[in-house]
Amino acid sequence: MAAVASRELQDGEVVFVGIGLPNLACNLARRTHAPHLVLIYESGAVGAVPERLPVSIGDPALVTGSLMVCGMADVFQLFLQNGRIEVGFLGGAQVDRYANINTTVIGPYEKPTVRLPGSGGAAEIAIHARRILIVAKLSPRAFPERVDFLTSPGHRVAKVITDKGVLERDAQSGELLLTGLYPGIAVADVQAAVGWPLRARPRLDRLDPPTSIERQLLRDVLDPQRLYLTS
Amino acid sequence: MQEAIARHVRDGDVVVIEGFTHLISFAAGHEIIRQRRRDLTLCRLTPDLIYDQMIAAGCAKKLVFSWAGNPGVGSLHAFRRAVEDGTLELEEYSHFGMVARFSAGAARLPFWSLRDYAGTDLPRVNPRIKSVTCPYTGEALATVPALNPDVTIVHAQRADAQGNSQIWGLLGVQKEAAFASQRVIVVVEELVDEGVIRADPNRTVIPAAIVSAVVVEPWGAHPSYAQGYYDRDNDFYVAWEAISREGRSLQQYLEEFVFGVRDRADYMRKQPMLAGALKARAQFCAGVNYGF
Repeated sequence: MAAVASRELQDGEVVFVGIGLPNLACNLARRTHAPHLVLIYESGAVGAVPERLPVSIGDPALVTGSLMVCGMADVFQLFLQNGRIEVGFLGGAQVDRYANINTTVIGPYEKPTVRLPGSGGAAEIAIHARRILIVAKLSPRAFPERVDFLTSPGHRVAKVITDKGVLERDAQSGELLLTGLYPGIAVADVQAAVGWPLRARPRLDRLDPPTSIERQLLRDVLDPQRLYLTS
Repeated sequence: MQEAIARHVRDGDVVVIEGFTHLISFAAGHEIIRQRRRDLTLCRLTPDLIYDQMIAAGCAKKLVFSWAGNPGVGSLHAFRRAVEDGTLELEEYSHFGMVARFSAGAARLPFWSLRDYAGTDLPRVNPRIKSVTCPYTGEALATVPALNPDVTIVHAQRADAQGNSQIWGLLGVQKEAAFASQRVIVVVEELVDEGVIRADPNRTVIPAAIVSAVVVEPWGAHPSYAQGYYDRDNDFYVAWEAISREGRSLQQYLEEFVFGVRDRADYMRKQPMLAGALKARAQFCAGVNYGF
């Protein structure tokens, strides 16, 4: 997932980086095909070049050597609301048919079954970044027909990168469609892992597994402690 | 610290301990727990471990926040238990919303307008998120009310005796939170001469004019960090997952590391390995010419 997500980023783009796999994907892209990627973290680090994988988005390694450090009022007003962010990278406990994201509660808000962390910057990232990428593992619970709580609207979502394939938002209907598969995964495998009748594009992209360079960077350089990688 | 908290933090207060991952005053939070303050409205973008501990200690009546997790690890369990049991009142925003609330408070305006929340469920569960029609363009903008805390506590790398405080590294929303507040406590790693401050005035974030008390408390932000002084104790953030998962082990932690120590120096003596493991390596900047 991290390798496929990193390939979505183009050199020179300004990307708002979230915690977890997006963090790994952005730092992989920076060390492979996109050395001029500008990483902006909501903590205020602009043009960060972390020499260790940040455990949190407020890690001190994001400050050392970065191009600019600003307060959070500047991050949200001067960068995000100003329209300077090209790509926003989000995760979520639930992603629905229309790419809406829930990171707030499972169950009713007043009496939740599971209380999740909440929006953080996700609501405004989803509203202001020009292109949103979502990274999430597929399961019927994580991909319901409708999110229990709409934290971040899905209308700017370009792609949802999962562990089985890639979904893209159909421009007309706004609905997510299956558009790419990893080797050895069938359309039915993906359809069985989402909570609505998922349609597939007639011609599907074949998603290449990580190259040996990507794999080595991910395992030995970026995440040797397996903070985010599972293997 | 004891005196500053006793004098400036009262039962029922709206309290802010700010710092985004960086410079979170755990020392002040622990002293508030030791002095058994009650019915506080705790406000922060990210409640973090410090508010999880204060919630577990029974200090909080209400939480005003935008992201309640253990960064890079998972959940805040005391927070989750309190919400799932219905014992903690919540007022929830997004980060931009919280930043905007402090900005309005700092500018002494009644509200702040922002392009946000369209299409989200947040205004449905938080009626304080409203909207206004722009008198110039007719555009509908979201609004959030000013947040003016009774007391804001900020950890800084250094200050002079009057409270002119300098911060570098991640700045979070401390400046806005401090200017929005009725009272401000500054906790610092180092007390320096006024001349040190005057030699580099661009680095001053909080001026003495708004500071009520200055407390010198080295390592006061641990397990959070202070750029140039010590690293974040990521191992403790990971360990908190197991400590806080059960109410009983969390209470044992509070007994030992909060009630069981007098102050921060005592807390550090109890964990003699920390200072060596976390001390920052030197990486100085060149400085600039302020001459004219």
